[in-house]
Amino acid sequence: MARTRTDTGTTGLLDASRGPLHPAAQAELAAAAGMAWADPTALHPPGRRARAALDRARDVLAAALGVRPDELSVHPDAETALELGLSGLRHARRRVGSRVVAGATERSVLLLQPGTEPPVPVDRAGRVDIEAYGVALEGEGVAAAVIQRANGEVGTRQPVAVVNSLCREAGVPLLLDATASIGRDQMLTDAPGQASVLVADAAAFGGPPLGLLAVRAGTRWGLPGPRREAEQGRTLAAPWVPLVLSAAQAWQHVEAEHEAEERTARALVDEVRRAAASVPDVEVVGDPDDRLPHVVTFSALYVDGEVLLEELARRGLAVASGSACTSSVLRPSHVLAAMGVLTHGNVRITLPLGAVSPTREADVARLCRELPDAVATVRRRLGTDEL
Amino acid sequence: MSGQDRSGRPPVVDARGTRCPVPVIRLARAARDLPVGATVLLLADDVAAWSDVPAWARMKGHTVTLAEDEDWTEFRVVLGTPRTDRGQADRST
Repeated sequence: MARTRTDTGTTGLLDASRGPLHPAAQAELAAAAGMAWADPTALHPPGRRARAALDRARDVLAAALGVRPDELSVHPDAETALELGLSGLRHARRRVGSRVVAGATERSVLLLQPGTEPPVPVDRAGRVDIEAYGVALEGEGVAAAVIQRANGEVGTRQPVAVVNSLCREAGVPLLLDATASIGRDQMLTDAPGQASVLVADAAAFGGPPLGLLAVRAGTRWGLPGPRREAEQGRTLAAPWVPLVLSAAQAWQHVEAEHEAEERTARALVDEVRRAAASVPDVEVVGDPDDRLPHVVTFSALYVDGEVLLEELARRGLAVASGSACTSSVLRPSHVLAAMGVLTHGNVRITLPLGAVSPTREADVARLCRELPDAVATVRRRLGTDEL
Repeated sequence: MSGQDRSGRPPVVDARGTRCPVPVIRLARAARDLPVGATVLLLADDVAAWSDVPAWARMKGHTVTLAEDEDWTEFRVVLGTPRTDRGQADRST
């Protein structure tokens, strides 16, 4: 295909929570759509071809998660994989109890599951209170525990190793949510293999949105209802194979480039943190060091998040926000609220991969340059510049 | 005492029915004209105010206590030392 990178509309893109595909993943998707379109469970030649391709892709993605291919299943999105992963743990341990130990900054899809109330509090940086977490684990009727590798909104890493050993001592299975980190953060030094259930998101590393669910061998895990056939008995239908091939392709490229990518992203986020902190009455939140390389968020006092987003968009910069006025339900980000930080005037940056956005460095420089005036402009408009 | 009317009651900012960031903006406007140690009350029913008013108070060196009514929340703010420099919240309280 003669498609060029400038076609993807990534100029000014600083919100890659669901970013564009890695160019290699995009090429793979197009090619695979022409040869691996068949149902991989079908026994005819096209089906067998798709099956073989799916097996190869599963091997690659399992290695990415540090698990065995027969432990890994593929789902339409990360949220589905998270919900399913936790449901399976809870159902298998329903005779023990129904409580789920989870920090207050876990993803909404997990906190909306039954049994997670009340969540374990977090500190100002969004890190879970490890003592309270341990106490909760020792309580009655705990079916499962949940911890994120790092928070996708504020970047803060969680004390996964400590939580993991606490869970072992308590005999509680742990679901590790690595949806924001696998493919972006310390992928080789991470030790995700210790959790009972591990979930990743191919969209985090330049693949299509695809939930990757690993249930470690020996884990008590099961779903209510009739047995499902596809994907290790976890879903009703086999995935569309080209999506899985595209995800595997993205992983192979990202893995090869990850050291330089992480270093560059970390330095760029440091630039944003410095620039934002120098604007009056702006608070940069999340851990400054022990964090994801590519995520940063900050909040400006006396500013409407939606208006600030529009002001930055007017200057050609696409950012996200955790402010209530930018959410469909008009509630602020539960992550920011749990941390006790300002939820209005919030800006969230999720850097795209360098391979996805060739203008990334220039976009960050432009954000740093434009931010003081953008905030001042919005405050003037709201009449809050004198406060 | 300063910051109170003759009846001795602290000033009240009624921001019920408004959404973020309006409650905090109105509160900050009221606080701007009051001396250190004065109390100001905010009534708000926007869920974002639960996190934003305490966060604002922390950033500005004020102290805040919450009392929930059925349909809204009363925030009682005691003003701390005004900041002389950006980013340096006073911890005198």
